[in-house]
Amino acid sequence: MRSLKEYQTVTNISGPLMMVEMVDEAKYAHIVDIELADGSIRHGQILQVERDKALVQVFEGTSGIDVERATVRFLGRPLELGVSRDLLGRVFSGLGAPKDDGPAIIPDKRLDINGRPINPFARDYPNEFIQTGISTIDGLNPLVRGQKLPIFSGAGLPHDKITAQLARQAAVLGKEEEFAVVFAAMGITFEAAQFFIDDLQQTGAIERAVMFVNLANDPAIERIATPRFALTAAEYLAFDLDMHVLVILNDMTNYCEALREISAARKEVPGRRGYPGYLYTDLATVYERAGRIKGKTGSITMVPVLTMPEDDKTHPVPDLTGYITEGQIILSRSLHRKAIAPPVDVLPSLSRLKDKGIGEGKTREDHADLYNQLYAAYAHGKEAQELATIMGEAALSDEDRKYMAFADRFEVRYIGQDYYENRTVEQTLDLGWELLSMFENVELKRIDVKLIEKYMPRFRSKKEPQVDEQNTADAGTAEGTE
Amino acid sequence: MSETSKGKIVKVAGPVVVAEGMTGSRMYDVVRVGELKLIGEIVELKGDTASIQVYEETTGIGPGGPVADTEAPLSVELGPGLIESIYDGIQRPLDDLVEAEGSFMSRGSSMPGLSREKKWHFKPTVRQGAEVGPGDIIGQVDETTLVKHKIMIPPVIAGKLKSIKKGDFTVEDTVAVVEDGNGREHQIRLMQRWPVRNARQTQKRLAPNTVLVTGQRVIDAFFPIAKGGTACVPGPFGTGKTVVQHQLAKWVDADIVVYVGCGERGNEMTDVLTEFPKLKDPRSGEPLMKRSILIANTSNMPVAAREASVYTGITIAEYFRDMGYSVALMADSTSRWAEAMREISTRLEEMPAEEGYPAYLAARIASFYERAGRVQCLGNPQREGTLSIIGAVSPPGGDLSDSVVQATLHVVKVFWSLRGRLAYQRHFPAIDWLTSYSFYKQYLKDCFEDTEQGEEMERFTVEAMGLLEQEAELLEIVRLVGAEALSPKDRLALETTRSIREDFLHQNAFHKVDTYTSMTKQYELLKTVLHFHKEGLAAVDAGVDTAQIFKLAIREEIARAKYISESEMDKISEIRERITEQTKQLAGSAVS
Repeated sequence: MRSLKEYQTVTNISGPLMMVEMVDEAKYAHIVDIELADGSIRHGQILQVERDKALVQVFEGTSGIDVERATVRFLGRPLELGVSRDLLGRVFSGLGAPKDDGPAIIPDKRLDINGRPINPFARDYPNEFIQTGISTIDGLNPLVRGQKLPIFSGAGLPHDKITAQLARQAAVLGKEEEFAVVFAAMGITFEAAQFFIDDLQQTGAIERAVMFVNLANDPAIERIATPRFALTAAEYLAFDLDMHVLVILNDMTNYCEALREISAARKEVPGRRGYPGYLYTDLATVYERAGRIKGKTGSITMVPVLTMPEDDKTHPVPDLTGYITEGQIILSRSLHRKAIAPPVDVLPSLSRLKDKGIGEGKTREDHADLYNQLYAAYAHGKEAQELATIMGEAALSDEDRKYMAFADRFEVRYIGQDYYENRTVEQTLDLGWELLSMFENVELKRIDVKLIEKYMPRFRSKKEPQVDEQNTADAGTAEGTE
Repeated sequence: MSETSKGKIVKVAGPVVVAEGMTGSRMYDVVRVGELKLIGEIVELKGDTASIQVYEETTGIGPGGPVADTEAPLSVELGPGLIESIYDGIQRPLDDLVEAEGSFMSRGSSMPGLSREKKWHFKPTVRQGAEVGPGDIIGQVDETTLVKHKIMIPPVIAGKLKSIKKGDFTVEDTVAVVEDGNGREHQIRLMQRWPVRNARQTQKRLAPNTVLVTGQRVIDAFFPIAKGGTACVPGPFGTGKTVVQHQLAKWVDADIVVYVGCGERGNEMTDVLTEFPKLKDPRSGEPLMKRSILIANTSNMPVAAREASVYTGITIAEYFRDMGYSVALMADSTSRWAEAMREISTRLEEMPAEEGYPAYLAARIASFYERAGRVQCLGNPQREGTLSIIGAVSPPGGDLSDSVVQATLHVVKVFWSLRGRLAYQRHFPAIDWLTSYSFYKQYLKDCFEDTEQGEEMERFTVEAMGLLEQEAELLEIVRLVGAEALSPKDRLALETTRSIREDFLHQNAFHKVDTYTSMTKQYELLKTVLHFHKEGLAAVDAGVDTAQIFKLAIREEIARAKYISESEMDKISEIRERITEQTKQLAGSAVS
């Protein structure tokens, strides 16, 4: 190993940033070690170099560093993670150091945590349906392998329970394959992290999990690196070891705040709400690492979690996330108050890749038409509900009242399930038909007639017999004659 | 390309590198930065110091590294081999990069945009000895079954054709020699270069005069775009901007489609790549890929190349326009392009205007859209080409007062406003019929061979739009005083507009029949919906209760008419006959 030059030329320290002068061979984005007067070591990364000056961001914060005695070593490499199969079952800090009692990892190779962008031509289209056992996801917003589908949550909403449920239940139909869960915690509480770990332990899935944990009281700047460590591990597991990896990033809002802190310290021109103008690009370098690659078995499916300040979807963090990810699952406070769990707000939630992962041979032929119809009917019902709150239920037409009843039933039976209930996709689809059976066939405009004829009779027969559409029309004419 | 090594790096800040010792370099010259030879472009000169925007990740670059000047501006290679290609923002072929470097992008790779090995069969169309000038077509290459690639004399070259050869050539081989007035010889090759930031020359600009048919009902019937026109699609996320763009790329009535995925999702590009070769062009029956060029600079690829990708795309589009083709360019999304400009501007420490965007944002956007148009192409034979631009805009929070949206609305002639409310109701395309507009509506009637049909269609769209306007007012009344307060005619109007919305405007992009609707079928469908309204009104006049009209069995047939395939179109007129039949029956029984 070549000897590293040491510098004691720290000049300015401000916020998380530190200026080192009279250095040579400082390279952009390389890392440094900072040795304090008491012998402790901190880590930093070069944000900018100008002639012999290097601007360094210190991950653990700058408190206690002084300009006189701090020694800086330029390591001449970017931030790296040593990877091997032994990553599985381990817990690391937000900077990739072992945090459990286990030994240090003996790496097969060391990887730059920034990774490299996947060539768009090398991507394979995500089209394998993942059954999560949650009706609102499987039925209405199907998740596919290689997708990035965030959960937009808010303070006090049960996103932790949902991510745990996803980690527990997600499986591809009819396949037994190697899977792994990579969990990156950024600024979440000890309780929330422990809940997730305990849950994995109970199901034994902990042996197939890798965790990078930066808790709320850990250094904030470290969070900038945490998701990148997690994704580097995920890429290794997926594309070198052929595993199907589910990555959970919780909570991206904290990540963005750390980014804002750095940006403010650098006195950059702020964008909306003080977040830097490059927030979109930065988030993209995290989210776009999900995917499948042609010729490789493994895949990375990503579920980032973010809390929307004030439940505001137009806040920069959810807004920019929504522009990058392939849909979003939004949680609803009003459903949560009604004790409907998991409280997925169906109407604004969306999975962009749904159409590729469902249908004959994947889930069932009626899936697409069915979710379109359920959506339309529920949207109509919600509108009627709103109208009723303004003008009273009496003002509603019979039709509106019917849709309103549907919306109520839909919320209780379809959206509502238990965090430990694992519904198969058939159960979810059948439930949809059952709920729709309160409408006449002619009202189900979004469903192909052939499908209605094939599936609906099973659910109609359970209820009181109904006249078919032709008779209804004739009955109408007959009445008119009288 | 010659490279002179001269500069030395003094500063690195993200995608911007500053180098000194750059005397003699020109603005927008392409340079190679550092030992890795990263590709960059000079964006600022101060004395002998140059600021460079680097098209690749700058990790590991530091002061003291070399900078080499290629002494040429950022250019694209234009020639056979463009069609069916997929490029990154600076015209590196992504498919070849996968073969050479694997699934992940590496840095500093230089790969020519056009294959140097592939041979093309060149057929001359002019004889030796002919006088030729800039833009003249001297021959062609059958590039794909759909595209005859015209070989043109590059601008500034004129003179006598000294020789011209038929045969199989690579893009670098000489196919003809032109001797100019001074006796100098110019080699004409299948390939030429053009700097991306300059618009290609034309003889004359003309006003657009025909509709670019897209097969999307709400667009063609109500807010059509012209060949050579410009349109923008702003909307919050999840409202289907990309689906609209994809639908247009698939079905648009253009000879060439250039699709620029600028700072968007990687999986979306994969979607295009996997789907286009399978889809057939409704007019020629050939795979759509055979007329398409894709430029993919996804959001995680370097930001400076994203800035360039839009120019790369439009230059390629202009080149095909110059052959006399109608070309459509889709840019998804121009907001990401603007953000790339902002990021570079910030790193250059320029004084920001609104929201941190540079002060020249509006000017750049305007000059980009101005590169669209219908033109008289340069050179002989006389020909007309059109270039239409459809840009998606992704305003933060869907807020239309965003700088990029506003700057775009100043220049475009068609505005398709996407609404979150419609998307939640799963009404797609979520184009809001009350706020969208088009300046090209007057050309709609010319889409029909039968002038009478065209004029009728024009009347239908006016009538339907009138009803939709009325609907907004009526719904307001319903909200205030309840549905009972409406007269039977108003109730009928509400039912008709619902039918217009659900049975005409709503279109399922993923349904194999519904995804594309010809103009004639659009006419038939709209006529049917309005026929129901007309007959309904007659029945109301005859004293029939509206509830009975709404219950008619024919209504389901109207709802499903859009799924009737193009070849069975007479089934739609049969529906109209049954509408008349059934309403007459109602009216008859009401009178008795």
